Amino acid sequence: MKYMLLIYGNEENWEALPPDEFAEIVRRTDALNQELFESGELVGAYGVGDQLTAKMVRVDEGVVAVTDGPYAEAKEHLGSFTIVDCESLDRALEIAAQNPASRYSGIEVRPLMHEANPDM
Amino acid sequence: MSPAPRSTHSGGPADPPGAGASVDGWSEVRRLVPEVLGSLVRRYGHFDACEDAVQEALLAASAQWPTEGRPRSPKAWLLTVARRRLTDHLRSEESRRRREEQGAVEPATPAGPSGDDTLTLLFLCCHPSLSAPSQLALTLRAVAGLTTAEIARAFLVPEATMAQRISRAKQRIKATGATFRLPPEPERTDRLQVVLHVLYLLFNEGYTATSGPGLLRPDLTAEAIRLARGLLRLVPDDGEVAGLLALMLLTDARRPARTDADGALVPLAEQDRGSWDHDAIAEGVALVTGSLASKPVGPYQLQAAIAAVHDEAPRAADTDWPQILALYGLLERVAPSPMVTLNRAVAIAMVQGPEAGLDLVATVDVDSHHVASVRAHLLEMQGDLDAARAAYRHAARLTTSIPERRHLVSRASRLT
Repeated sequence: MKYMLLIYGNEENWEALPPDEFAEIVRRTDALNQELFESGELVGAYGVGDQLTAKMVRVDEGVVAVTDGPYAEAKEHLGSFTIVDCESLDRALEIAAQNPASRYSGIEVRPLMHEANPDM
Repeated sequence: MSPAPRSTHSGGPADPPGAGASVDGWSEVRRLVPEVLGSLVRRYGHFDACEDAVQEALLAASAQWPTEGRPRSPKAWLLTVARRRLTDHLRSEESRRRREEQGAVEPATPAGPSGDDTLTLLFLCCHPSLSAPSQLALTLRAVAGLTTAEIARAFLVPEATMAQRISRAKQRIKATGATFRLPPEPERTDRLQVVLHVLYLLFNEGYTATSGPGLLRPDLTAEAIRLARGLLRLVPDDGEVAGLLALMLLTDARRPARTDADGALVPLAEQDRGSWDHDAIAEGVALVTGSLASKPVGPYQLQAAIAAVHDEAPRAADTDWPQILALYGLLERVAPSPMVTLNRAVAIAMVQGPEAGLDLVATVDVDSHHVASVRAHLLEMQGDLDAARAAYRHAARLTTSIPERRHLVSRASRLT
């Protein structure tokens, strides 16, 4: 079962952290990702670009409109996401709790939809 | 879109796409994998390294044979190439191995018939210390002879992820100190249960993948049936092995009818029974009937018996529901689970009416899409359309399966 772990954050809060603490978070996140890679559970882990670089694409009656966004005024933004393929929801929650970001901002855990027809 | 219906109950499965697909009779080649691997492990130990070497030989074959032609003895070719890879590897690792003399899967058994090797490999790949995804992946590689790339495609994960999963699984087996021999008798029965469960999961994984990227995925259903068939040859007296194979055949027989031209789910009651695979049904019925003679009767036999009752009804209306209800009652005693209770609720509704079914559903204290969709179905039977619609919508929100969500949403909107 695949799950997406979404880490939202507030740039100001992250910037307010002492450099040592921030470096430690990065180190522990890398270590966790390496561990998940080695166990064969990591499908992918990505940080996303700053909110300033986000674009919103809308097509209205065939006209493409690209704006900055989304939700520039929001307090929390998507900062990174990880996709894992693990045995159960419990395991996905355990992985989320191991991520250092869970101590700073919550981590949203969402099952990924799949094409299987589970009717057996 | 659904895959082209085709029979999987007789003959070999079609060649999977990817490595080897351009070699004629590649599925015959893959069948050699457990034999080649078994003879290497018996001679050299080091299951881990032998398994890598066989995989490399297989990849080399798929690269060379299409241009250079297939060797006269594919088995001897694979064995020679794998042995060369293995000895190169062992030589380069020799000094390190000397320091770490522990833990390897050492040669433990004298040469036996190759069927024993396949069985030993199955027990090893389905080692209880491994997680289910690891057991599946390792079984597909070491016993079914699929490449890492094919297995990764089957599970829709990157190849690197699958390679790590397999390599970690082998390290784990090594760490348990397991040897390349059949588990001793008292343990063997429990271990066989794990093997059966892995084959069951493998079948499910293949059976439920009906669309989208599924077209490029190796046919895991055919692999599971092939492995179960092989297992039955090796363990002919176990009723549950026959029961599992029968369950697979009786379920797979309905595959051509379970999705429509658009890939939408077709419920059992609405399927075109004429397009079911009647040869597979006949074989499954014969298997399960024969196996029920052996006692005690286990959960796979009971599930196969239930599938047989469905498959033998010429029309949905002819289904022998009292018989199905009785079988679910037995199944609930042998292997109780919320899913079994839910299925029994459907059967009880068909025999005694929807109220009885709903009463039983109310005892299942889980908020899952299974519960919600059974409730919805029974409420619809009862004529309470508002409540049915709400329950279908609730079920649609809870499922993570896209086709199932579509199906539930369409059931809900049909009631408006």
